[in-house]
Amino acid sequence: MNLFQFSYGIIHWLVDLFNNLWYWLGDVLPWRFGDFFTAVGDFSASRENIVFFTILLEVLLVLIVAVINVLNFIWIDRKFMGRMFDFYGPYYVGYRIGGWLQNIADGIKLFVKEIITPRKADQLVFLLGPSIFVSSSFLALSTIPLSPDFGVATNESGDGVPAGVLVAFAFFAIAPFSILLTGWSSNNKYTLIGGMRSAAQMMSYEIPMLLCVASVFLLSGSFGFEGVVGAQDDIWFAIPLALGFVVFIACLIAEVEVQPFDLPEAEAELVEGWTTEMCGMRFGLFMMTTYLRSYIGGALVTALFLGGWHGPEPIPSEIWFLVKAYIVFVVIVWIRWSLPRVRVDQILNIGWKRLLPLAVLNLLIAVAMKTAGWF
Amino acid sequence: MAEMWINMGPQHPMTHGLWNLRIKVDGETIVDAEPEVGYLHRGIEKLAEGKTYPEVIPLADRLCYGSSMTWSHLYCLTVENLMGIEVPPRAEYLRVMAIEMQRIASHLMWLAAYAVDLGLMTGFLYAMRDREVFIDLLQALTGSRLTYNYPRIGGVAHDMPPNFDRDALRACSYMEKRLKEYEDLYDGSKVFMLRNEGIGLLKKEDAMNLGVTGPPLRGSGVRYDLRKDMPYSIYPELDFEPKWHTDCDCYARYRVRMEEMYESCKIIRQTIEKMPAGKWRVVPPRNAPEGTGIGRVEDPRGEGMMYVVGDGTDRPYRLKIRSPIFVTVSAAPKMLIGYKVADVVAIMGSLDMCIGETDR
Repeated sequence: MNLFQFSYGIIHWLVDLFNNLWYWLGDVLPWRFGDFFTAVGDFSASRENIVFFTILLEVLLVLIVAVINVLNFIWIDRKFMGRMFDFYGPYYVGYRIGGWLQNIADGIKLFVKEIITPRKADQLVFLLGPSIFVSSSFLALSTIPLSPDFGVATNESGDGVPAGVLVAFAFFAIAPFSILLTGWSSNNKYTLIGGMRSAAQMMSYEIPMLLCVASVFLLSGSFGFEGVVGAQDDIWFAIPLALGFVVFIACLIAEVEVQPFDLPEAEAELVEGWTTEMCGMRFGLFMMTTYLRSYIGGALVTALFLGGWHGPEPIPSEIWFLVKAYIVFVVIVWIRWSLPRVRVDQILNIGWKRLLPLAVLNLLIAVAMKTAGWF
Repeated sequence: MAEMWINMGPQHPMTHGLWNLRIKVDGETIVDAEPEVGYLHRGIEKLAEGKTYPEVIPLADRLCYGSSMTWSHLYCLTVENLMGIEVPPRAEYLRVMAIEMQRIASHLMWLAAYAVDLGLMTGFLYAMRDREVFIDLLQALTGSRLTYNYPRIGGVAHDMPPNFDRDALRACSYMEKRLKEYEDLYDGSKVFMLRNEGIGLLKKEDAMNLGVTGPPLRGSGVRYDLRKDMPYSIYPELDFEPKWHTDCDCYARYRVRMEEMYESCKIIRQTIEKMPAGKWRVVPPRNAPEGTGIGRVEDPRGEGMMYVVGDGTDRPYRLKIRSPIFVTVSAAPKMLIGYKVADVVAIMGSLDMCIGETDR
């Protein structure tokens, strides 16, 4: 049973439950009122309606699993950072489970804090920017399947979102725009510089990253997650496209904005960068979304280069996928805490002079391998 | 973006204290800079006039939170110069040992702050951890961790505790090992070199004209170290080399400090080997004679100087303090203009600002 069938069953049961009410009302009420409720019952029993709500439920389930994973990610980041820095990391809140509840405690703390909006800020955009940032990241997340059975599917046979990888990258790339909006609307010089940096940074990493993705598309012959992961049945793309793998990880670090490429929120020079004027749960959502984006990044690397959910049998494929995503995340955290931050002109140099030629070279390698008929 | 002024400070992660750096940026490029200090003025020079000579020692400790030992030592040196007191040799050795430990602790604190400026959190926590080793040593020696109140006019407050020489030697060999690890962590990182090489050029002439002293001056290619060039205390008897570099950039200043830590380990070893027996303190007279006393030392941040005027009573008539950073910070516009906003933290970080002594 895949996620679609599971959700379809639940929605179908719910619709049947409510249809009892609608059809009873249709029988009891006189004249047009009865007809109306009968029509409501007919509409809700129609397949289009059930499929619509099924997909909503699927997205909800995928997001719940993802957010639980994100809590794990924050915990792993703190624990790993602590071990790197010679301290314990979170410890007291939930000490029997290794301080895992610290994230929840922080969330509660941020919830009860006051949300302050600067008086001279552009109120609408100040609200809109964070919303775009959070929602676009959630949308990107909802397209990623953990296995053929656990992902947002559109019919019983479990076909995923058409061109799912492209959709994921499209949503993933919206964030710099919202950062620019937030930075400008806060009416603060630091946030403005942070937003501008984000725009400049996007220019440098987005193109090499998509070229790496293009090489994966070329080898797998598919835009969807099922096709891409299915093509890695024999060999992970990280091995033939080792160059692209490295370039992709470097670009990904810039995309999820962690050190050494966290220029938009470089806290040493720009206070807190584009989030300087954020406070309370608005800032908490930003923090969570940053880790959420790390999760998306880890999942994308796993799906595109590390064979996705393929793995030896007794362990479920969802677990394989998550284990790989966690390992990628730990590598990102490792890089993050052991490198200084680069400068804004240096990231442009790295992007245009180093990563872009390497990505093109990687694409050529992919073309050569495809032409040779190896894939 | 049009040109605009940005206030980096008084509350800003870059400042490491309480001062304001106003920079005028064109996009991200700095076209003008204006450091403003004075937010932390506590009137220490005036306060000293109302206190007796020994009472000023704790006050001199509070001049700099990073290296308080040098300042109280400098004050004692100055008053001894005024009173014409000969300090027993054991006290001199204890003082030099404590000062060099303080120099390592101060440079490690600088290294930690510099790392966090550049976004290298690991370096911050590693350096702070190893600073603890020397802070603990100084605590064993003096009884407190940051403001020691250890030197006295005519000697030091206590002798070494038992086994202190063994612990100090161990700490030195530990530190030399750790310094190699730091070099792997910092110099071995390509990004660190990208952020440091060729950044914040301070030409030799500019450095000399602006009165810059200490590691920034030695990083600019001037071999000027008061411990060698104007020796005080027992430095002539010790074997060490002042370190200098000719690159004039942030990386040169970083290297100077790193190598000074090696030299300080060497000096600590020698002081412990050569430590003479005997008294560690002579009792000074209560009143100072009429006249002036002057003292100059090589602080971890540059040249510290004190000038005291005695009027025959038990209180100084006037105490003048020359702070190295107060002078060095005036070279900031020379270094900053033309670089990016992100370089501000590297350049100002490489000066090792300590606002306590800057504003006095």
